Amino acid sequence: MPRIIVCLKQALDVSQLKADPSSRKLVTAGVPRKISDFDKNALEEAVSLKEKLGGEVVTITSSAEDAKTSIREALAIGADKGYFVNDEGLRNSCTLATSHVLAEAIKKIGQFDLVLCGEASIDGFSAQIGPRVAEILGIPVLTYARSITVQGDTVTAERSLEDRYETVRTKMPAVITVTREINEPRIPSLMAIMKASKKEIVSWRLADISVPPEKAGEQGSGVKIMDVSAPKVERKKETIQGESPREIAANLVKALIQDGVIGR
Amino acid sequence: MNDHKGVWVFSENYELMLELLAGGRPLAASLKTELAAILMGSQLNDRATELVRHGADKVYSMDNPDLKDCHTERCLSLLAKLAIEHKPEIILIGSTKSGKELASRLAARLETGCTPDCVQLDINGQGTLTTKRVVYSGNAVVTATYLKKPQIAAVLPRAFEKPEPTERKGHVVTVDVKIEKSAVEIVEINEIRAAEVKIEEAKIVICGGRGIDKKEDFQPLIELANLLGGQVGNTRPLAEDRKWFTEWIGLSGKKIRPALYMGCGISGMIQHVAGMRDSQVVVAINKDPEAAIFEVADYVVVGNLYEIVPAIAEQLRKQLS
Repeated sequence: MPRIIVCLKQALDVSQLKADPSSRKLVTAGVPRKISDFDKNALEEAVSLKEKLGGEVVTITSSAEDAKTSIREALAIGADKGYFVNDEGLRNSCTLATSHVLAEAIKKIGQFDLVLCGEASIDGFSAQIGPRVAEILGIPVLTYARSITVQGDTVTAERSLEDRYETVRTKMPAVITVTREINEPRIPSLMAIMKASKKEIVSWRLADISVPPEKAGEQGSGVKIMDVSAPKVERKKETIQGESPREIAANLVKALIQDGVIGR
Repeated sequence: MNDHKGVWVFSENYELMLELLAGGRPLAASLKTELAAILMGSQLNDRATELVRHGADKVYSMDNPDLKDCHTERCLSLLAKLAIEHKPEIILIGSTKSGKELASRLAARLETGCTPDCVQLDINGQGTLTTKRVVYSGNAVVTATYLKKPQIAAVLPRAFEKPEPTERKGHVVTVDVKIEKSAVEIVEINEIRAAEVKIEEAKIVICGGRGIDKKEDFQPLIELANLLGGQVGNTRPLAEDRKWFTEWIGLSGKKIRPALYMGCGISGMIQHVAGMRDSQVVVAINKDPEAAIFEVADYVVVGNLYEIVPAIAEQLRKQLS
């Protein structure tokens, strides 16, 4: 009966981001946050593995912001317990610092068979946390899994790569990162939401998981963000005129030939 | 922090490694240091000299039958060992999926920072690497710099153009390879559409979205693509929801930058735009004049794709004959 730890990031809801029109700087203040999409796939996979094999699913989140609403949602989806490292000292952490914090938290949670993560987060999309956590814990990692099968102490995953699917196998404990293809996350029922309010969320500060301040936040980071701007959109947005589809097509083809992208 | 020297490039994809040399060359020049390529594989023959001709000052060559498939685990341990020994200042890695895993794990082992999917690399006034990459589903460009060394960056394919080979001199170092037993066993590999040209390499992509009612209705798009020597692509809902295809163009799928992208019946969800925004010229065909895709298009065609697409094909046939 496996014990599964799911790493959940509370990410910015990127569909709601707006840029300041004059500075082109991105406005992130006040943008709603949610469980990062692929992490929700990881949670769904963990919960369905539990439904098949038994065992336990717990989640781990680290954030300087409050994330309890997101963790409650995870409990409603089917996690048994949520762990939350909540500390001001986490601000401006890059993946080096974040993975260190998550790995220390996982060590404190104790025995486990699998750590599941999304292939990347929907906001930063760095795809580094899973592989980094595996390295720190000194266990194997299977990335970009589109299916997971557990048999005894062995886990098999089908990896979705650019030009191939690769079936890989390793002994547990292991870290697996999952793609969106792996499942369709469930929407919790009202009953499940009510039951979730009785489940436990364990809150920790950095000191509780023995992470010194210099290992978290900017001090513990290898990379510093200098600027976040909206990309320049330099499109012509020229409407192709014409009375009929044929005339429109002729005008479009003419424009494309002039641009040198087709024909000669 | 100052004892780190040299710019390294590595990718399990040889063509991408050549592009990385183009990305690394100006960094090495700016830092007045050497550019080294880490070559791993089996029966490498004259690849080391070819890397020198494409800009490497030094090539660390690891030739071993067990490196034939560039297994991530094996490449990682060899690369980490070499980096600990020689302390490079910058390591550029090809940002494929395997490359990103390798870069992240290498950064973890060397306890340093890493930025993935970089499209631009510069050296700032302090001699530190700065990188640019697209985040937030294509809604933002992040500029980042490093606080630790080595500075690891995974660089996207086609961020740099493969350099022209020239006659130049370089130093080839043969490295002894000891293959360690891997914890991960590869059971099976299934190639995806290996016979076809990859969509990322197509010069012209005709892309269909939810405005296409039936899979059969892709035929006019295929005909148009064939006429132009291009490829057909699709958005995620057509693959994930309607199960017509196994791949898609978008944030979580393929990222393309063709000379011409033509979106047919595509609304322009940011997740899709993230996969095509670097296209050189964008044409969008949609019957909804408010469609978001028009915001990122050079040519806006408001109309029925079922009429417009065949009309474009007809027009092209006329031009070609």
